[in-house]
Amino acid sequence: MVHNLYIHIIVMAVVTYLIRMLPLVLLKKEITSPFVRSFLYYVPFACLAAMTFPAIIYAPDLLVAGIAGFAVALVLSYLEQSLIVVALAACAAVFVAERLTSLF
Amino acid sequence: MNRTHFKEGFRDGIPIGLGYFAVSFTFGMMAVAGGMKIGPAVLISATNLTSAGQFAGLDIIFGDGTYWEMVLTQLIINLRYSLMSFSLAQKLDDGGNPFHRFAVAFGVTDEIFGVSAARPGRLSPYYNYGAMSIAIPGWVLGTLCGAISGNLLPAMIMSALSVAIYGMFLAIIIPPAKSDRTVLAVVLAAMLGSSAFYYVPLLRRVSSGMVIIIVTILVAGVAAYVKPIEDTAG
Repeated sequence: MVHNLYIHIIVMAVVTYLIRMLPLVLLKKEITSPFVRSFLYYVPFACLAAMTFPAIIYAPDLLVAGIAGFAVALVLSYLEQSLIVVALAACAAVFVAERLTSLF
Repeated sequence: MNRTHFKEGFRDGIPIGLGYFAVSFTFGMMAVAGGMKIGPAVLISATNLTSAGQFAGLDIIFGDGTYWEMVLTQLIINLRYSLMSFSLAQKLDDGGNPFHRFAVAFGVTDEIFGVSAARPGRLSPYYNYGAMSIAIPGWVLGTLCGAISGNLLPAMIMSALSVAIYGMFLAIIIPPAKSDRTVLAVVLAAMLGSSAFYYVPLLRRVSSGMVIIIVTILVAGVAAYVKPIEDTAG
């Protein structure tokens, strides 16, 4: 390899940290624009939803298991269960679905 | 007060740490499989704390890519964090101490952002420290275990743990979507948008980090234009 491994690691770490740090440190003055405030209010919902679907159904080894995990997580979050309950129940659903599928 | 925030952050960080362990376990395995030693693999996880960025970084290192390639790739894949930091910048209550902003910034990940954005009112940095205090060890230890053993956790457990973080995301976004129709529309539109990038042949070429940026800006932008929120104090 021509390039040094540790320089690569430093480059990675510095770039990633700057991306996270600059907005937090530089943009602390309160924003008054209603549009920007509304935009920032909707960002987490849009961002988390985009990251979750369809990624959740393809994350496990089997698609059926992913769909089962998604369904269980949807129902439990609709019932307003806590984060850890929803997370663990989704994992359990994937596990059960994959075990059941392996029987056939 | 700080203690309470820290504890709550720690509690919400437990499922994050679990999910991280599974993901970074895979990262550790892949790094060693590609010929990297255990030390640098763990070092990458400890200094970067980002899944997609690290996997892409591995590809560049193994392919002997240039440093500029590394800069660009990390920038594109991780740019979504700047959006999250932008959002947290308004919410974080640093109590006049700028140090908190530098420290919280290190732990701005998809998952920690998810739980901290869901906190009502202003955000205490101690909440983030609590979440980071379990999420970071989960990430680093997962990498270490994956790198050492290659096969510590059976595949079936890894597969099950892979949905933990998404389950958490749903637990964060679904309850507010029940009472606020605009939030519901935002959630549905964002899911539809990212599905389009997944299923439409040409759009498939866009990297997953870029997809999140495009969909988030588009959907949140339209929602803010169509339905601005009534002014709330944070």
